[in-house]
Amino acid sequence: MVMNLTKPAMPSDDKRWKIVNATMRRHGHSQHSLIEALHTVQEIFGYLDETALKFVAKSLRVPLSKVYGVATFYNFFTLKPQGEHTCVVCMGTACYIKGAPQILEAIEHIAKIKPGETTPDRKLSVISARCFGSCGLAPAVVFDGEVAAKVTPAAATEKIRRWMNS
Amino acid sequence: MTPEELHKIAETELEAKQQTQHTLCVCMAAGCVSTHSDKVKESLAQQIEKHGLKETCKVKGVGCMGLCMAGPLVAVEQTGALYQMVAPQDAEEIVKNLGKQPVKRLVCDTTQPFFTRQKKIVLENSGVVDSERIEEYIAAKGYEGLLEALTSMNQAEVVEQVSKSGLRGRGGAGFPTGLKWGTVAKARGERKFVICNGDEGDPGAFMDRSVLESDPHRVLEGMAIGGYAVGASQGYIYVRAEYPLAVKRLKDAIKQAERLGLLGHNIFGTTFSFNIEVRLGAGAFVCGEETALIASVEGKRGQPRPRPPFPAERGLWDCPTLINNVETFANIPPIIRNGGEWFAGIGTEKGKGTKVFALAGAVKNTGLIEVPMGISLREIIFEIGGGIPDGKKFKAVQTGGPSGGCIPEQFLDMQVDYDSLAKVGSIMGSGGMIVMDETSCMVDVAKFFMEFCMTESCGKCVPCRVGTKQMHELLSKITDGTATDENLAMLEELCDVVKNTSLCGLGMTAPNPVVSTLRYFRDEYMAHIHDHRCPAGVCKIGKEQLATV
Amino acid sequence: MNPSAQKTLSVKTLQINGKDVSAREDQTILDVARENGVFIPTLCNLDGLTPVGACRLCLVEVKGSRRLLPACITQVQDNMEVSTNTETLVKYRKMILELLFAERNHVCSVCVSNGHCELQAMAQKLGVDHIRYPYLYPKLAVDASHDRFAVDHNRCILCQRCVRVCDEIEGAHTWDVQGRGTASLVITDLNQPWGTSESCTSCGKCVQVCPTGTLFEKGRASGEMTKREFLPYLTLMREERV
Repeated sequence: MVMNLTKPAMPSDDKRWKIVNATMRRHGHSQHSLIEALHTVQEIFGYLDETALKFVAKSLRVPLSKVYGVATFYNFFTLKPQGEHTCVVCMGTACYIKGAPQILEAIEHIAKIKPGETTPDRKLSVISARCFGSCGLAPAVVFDGEVAAKVTPAAATEKIRRWMNS
Repeated sequence: MTPEELHKIAETELEAKQQTQHTLCVCMAAGCVSTHSDKVKESLAQQIEKHGLKETCKVKGVGCMGLCMAGPLVAVEQTGALYQMVAPQDAEEIVKNLGKQPVKRLVCDTTQPFFTRQKKIVLENSGVVDSERIEEYIAAKGYEGLLEALTSMNQAEVVEQVSKSGLRGRGGAGFPTGLKWGTVAKARGERKFVICNGDEGDPGAFMDRSVLESDPHRVLEGMAIGGYAVGASQGYIYVRAEYPLAVKRLKDAIKQAERLGLLGHNIFGTTFSFNIEVRLGAGAFVCGEETALIASVEGKRGQPRPRPPFPAERGLWDCPTLINNVETFANIPPIIRNGGEWFAGIGTEKGKGTKVFALAGAVKNTGLIEVPMGISLREIIFEIGGGIPDGKKFKAVQTGGPSGGCIPEQFLDMQVDYDSLAKVGSIMGSGGMIVMDETSCMVDVAKFFMEFCMTESCGKCVPCRVGTKQMHELLSKITDGTATDENLAMLEELCDVVKNTSLCGLGMTAPNPVVSTLRYFRDEYMAHIHDHRCPAGVCKIGKEQLATV
Repeated sequence: MNPSAQKTLSVKTLQINGKDVSAREDQTILDVARENGVFIPTLCNLDGLTPVGACRLCLVEVKGSRRLLPACITQVQDNMEVSTNTETLVKYRKMILELLFAERNHVCSVCVSNGHCELQAMAQKLGVDHIRYPYLYPKLAVDASHDRFAVDHNRCILCQRCVRVCDEIEGAHTWDVQGRGTASLVITDLNQPWGTSESCTSCGKCVQVCPTGTLFEKGRASGEMTKREFLPYLTLMREERV
């Protein structure tokens, strides 16, 4: 039996899909490159939406439910768009005993969102993470990809306030 | 690449080194970068240019120097002077004082125990070589172990040296590395694989991150030697996506090694070929478990499967697979270079070699250390670590992360090795060591780890999925001050069932933090349950709780 | 089974609960126990599907092994001494069942599978008459968007039989699991209503293999959902054709 399963067309003219395709091609469009492909999508689009999941699933010939299962198994992947700014509070052991819960509490208080959420105006996403290995400088917070060391609740809220008012 | 070419690279590099009068080494590992060491490096370079010292002075980025809390760190290679907490505006003063007395106000005392009590094997190049240049690694005897293995040893001899060294897996469980290599070497299979586990998921551990950022080639070399010993030609290195710098340096290092022919086809003109690809983790602690990690490399949900069969027999794509952790592979090149006996001469009878620890929490000197096995916890915490800050009292040290336990004061003089840590109810683990003082509530700490295990449970097997959830509920009741003696009995019973019936290591060890705190700090549990009081003042109980509602 | 392959399989002898038994080397402890009339409880296991060792009910003690081993997946070895019914095992199995009952909202009296439910039957068989753990009461949905079938997550024990039968036997892989830990849920396609799934062939195999009342045929009242045993037949038919 010959099945004519051609590679799916790119979801839109957006040139960034070509980068996704390149990642999948580099791995010979094999099913085991699913996680690598999802990493690429998230890196360039910021999150994994339905269109992207379907495109990757078809390209790699992986069942839709399997793609969704993988995308929701790993914490690093997000199915929702993130805010303009992201603040990741480390909740690893060292940060925890050095006051990370208080930092998170202070941030929740002024941003009025919980970890994993984004403010309604899409300005800010707050995430709590499991240790990014900066334990020697605990407590650590990542503001837009930059690690800040020995953060105090006051310093964190100051930064957030500036973002929210910008 | 021929052996001669390798030596030529080393010579050229060493010559260039001799022509440099002053080399400023700036730590460019993630810890110091987060305190802006990159800007320090930039401004040091500007100052050298400005003072016309370009011909004789060099600035280079190096890996982790260990004392993260004092970063950004800058070392002068020729004199050994070390500067701490350097700001970009200090650059001019540092440059001006090159060749003279070091700038006093910035000097970090390198005669303190933090530096003198360490023994570096895995970290020998960390903070010394430029991790972005393969030539420096080669000049530091890099890839000589691979050369030696490929050109003057057969596979069995390599395995024999690793066995002789007495090296045990540095990922946590401490399985004898030589035995594992021998098993994979003997396993029948057309294709075999080597996997390096860099999914350092333990909160409070950053050894692997530092090694990968500071000396990536050492890990690649260790993997290639492993590939030769077991008969594999493809390796995967699985790294957390949370470590972007480590991922970048690794990818660059692989390209450099491929360019020089130290990875790829017919390495050193032999019939041995070996390639390495990076695979990104995506935030799942359970992927540190080897069968879950394999599932993840295969692009699936990182769920473990029952062992046996072990990966040595049936691993990646059902082929025999050698899995070791980053630090284990990092120990291999010096073992091959110096012989297994040399390594076995370091440490104790049951624990050979050194161990890298990530020292953090309530301790003065936080950072990365490497110490010989058999050193006591007291030496690590009070000498190397400088003791507890702010005049507080030591309460416990947590090793092994969510799979480990809390060790109280009475065992501080115990020797650190796999067996003695297990004896007191903890584990060596991958090397996270979190010191806690009297302000930490041990029930709260147990709850913290249980929450971790509960959210990281993959959900496949019942006892781990539901048991950790029930235990977390019970611990929450205790910290709320609403628990009864029956609840405590139920908690202990759950510890037993989850430990003995879970499918993988995550579930089997998840009760450890509870069991060890119950063993040594039962009075704290009792204070919460009977007196509705948190001795450390961490948990909000009773009136306090009402007040905050 | 390929007849020529069978010849090369050697025979092992072992003890189950003190009784000498013999087995082919490719058999699991569970296979041999069943052949010899020894009962080992299982929930996630189903003949014809790849065993996963997830429910942990079939754990047995093997002399010389520090750990308890899942009988559904552990292959027999010469001179193995297996105990299937020790006091410890009985205790653990009851606790595991209690954990399962407390995890979701298992209300037998209103369940379509009341009287035909493997979880219920197992609890009766193992003597679980009350649940000591607090019920977690998750708020879970019922999806009745499919023409013929419905899924009630409140009754799911995450045995993954539906996922496996859909993948391994039907070949559609409509089902999978999303999330992890207690947040795990079986899903169809991109976590969309079952009725909108493009990959589902509506074959109903998943409904037939579901051990509880999670997947059921519409129009069944309480206690009316019975299951057919079709897998042994399908597996047998496929084997004969090789």
